[in-house]
Amino acid sequence: MPLSLVQSRVRNFLEQLGELSQLIGEAGASLRHQRPSWRDFIDQLYFVGVKSQSVVITTGAATGMVLCAQTFFQFHKVKMDTATGAVVSVGMSSELGPVLAGLMLTARVGAAMAAELGTMKVTEQIDALRTLATHPVDYLVVPRLLAAVVAGPLLTAEAIIVGIAASYMVGVNLLGIEGAYYLAYINRYTEPHDVVIGLIKATWFGGIIAMISCYKGLTCPQGAEGVGRATTEAVVAASITILISNFFLTLFLTRLFN
Amino acid sequence: MIEVRNLWKSFGSQPVLRGASLRIERGEAVVIIGRSGGGKSVLLKHLIALLQADRGEVIIEGQNLCELNERQLLRVRRKFGMLFQMAALFDSLTVYENVSFVLRRERKHTEAEMRRLVAEALEMVELPGIEQKKPAELSGGMRKRVGLARAIVYRPEIVLYDEPTTGLDPIAGARIDSLIRRVWEQLHVTSVAVTHDMPSARRISDRILMLHDGVIYADGKTGDILTSTDPIIYNFVNGIPTVRPAATAALAANSPEF
Repeated sequence: MPLSLVQSRVRNFLEQLGELSQLIGEAGASLRHQRPSWRDFIDQLYFVGVKSQSVVITTGAATGMVLCAQTFFQFHKVKMDTATGAVVSVGMSSELGPVLAGLMLTARVGAAMAAELGTMKVTEQIDALRTLATHPVDYLVVPRLLAAVVAGPLLTAEAIIVGIAASYMVGVNLLGIEGAYYLAYINRYTEPHDVVIGLIKATWFGGIIAMISCYKGLTCPQGAEGVGRATTEAVVAASITILISNFFLTLFLTRLFN
Repeated sequence: MIEVRNLWKSFGSQPVLRGASLRIERGEAVVIIGRSGGGKSVLLKHLIALLQADRGEVIIEGQNLCELNERQLLRVRRKFGMLFQMAALFDSLTVYENVSFVLRRERKHTEAEMRRLVAEALEMVELPGIEQKKPAELSGGMRKRVGLARAIVYRPEIVLYDEPTTGLDPIAGARIDSLIRRVWEQLHVTSVAVTHDMPSARRISDRILMLHDGVIYADGKTGDILTSTDPIIYNFVNGIPTVRPAATAALAANSPEF
């Protein structure tokens, strides 16, 4: 790859990072100085939270079941069948629950946010908002950000509970693990801070999804192709940011709580 | 009073405005004409600070918009109403919600007052009783009239029109023109439109500014501009294409001889 192309991409990346930071700052300022519209917030909460439940529940259940089965197959070799529940519980609470719920939210909600705002941008609806003396960040970004930050941990909690419950069904009913031991090991090895770490991560991921998706939508290039590109970029950027930040959050939060 | 001084604007390496200056007095009905892609809409969007100038000043009632940030601009924009080329109605909202948008955001009016003001605005654009329709259910002309109702419902001092008749049949276009004229006469607003539709310009203006090569090339009373013998104005007003000498020579060289 020629050096000039690398330079151009790095410059482009840094510019976007700067613009995203400005948008986050603007959203923070809006939260401090403007009264958010409850109606818009509730509308978004319904869209982000209520309408995402089926996706998140399915993902949580499938992950819990497969994690239980795989863990059991390995633990069975060393006669540690009953510890399966503990692995599933800790894994679901602090890692898989928030990350998978975050990725599913990115696909469903982040893509929709970027596409909606992108379409508004190319059809001049964002400009119309500004002429109607309304800041797009107040009207469009803040309700989405609040909804994602509130719905993220709630959906993650749902995914964790459903995942563990599904793993119990598989472990006890299908694989023959003793139910009392299964629950006892979950209880013994799952610390409250595992769940707290998962919920903190989910809150962070909700914020990432909303801000990156809104940023990509608001800076969408002209035309249908622009909306498509903005949507794709929002999903890719938010997913990668979730995965990378998850690693650092794990290190930071685990040390913080231990 | 609107004053633009030495306004420059480029998109990438493409200069669009090259030092445009104009002055519009309170209560005037002005049309800015010029070739498609010549920067008319860009100039109009600078009047309400939807675009940031590279250089120059836009002064509204003594306030230089180029020195204000987005939040300060919101207060100035309250003086404006704007009708967009494709109406830019919020497609997720009903007609009532679109027209009452600013009133609702201001939180100064009761629901009954808002209903009355919206009904009055819709009456003025000859579309009574369509409050519950969605923008998708309206024709292009109806959308523009709803856009006009949204722009005037809060009684702005200045109304901007971006290509108000584009995409409409001649009868629908004439109807929009008569509404623009009615709004100007009854609400005593300053009216600024950009168009390349000469019959429309004749109907809605008392004064015409012609944008050519990024500057205001001509400024005069509507009748004077439309009857001007200046070759550039005459060719534009009468739709006579200007053929470059090189192209004429090439055409002559390639013409078959009989």
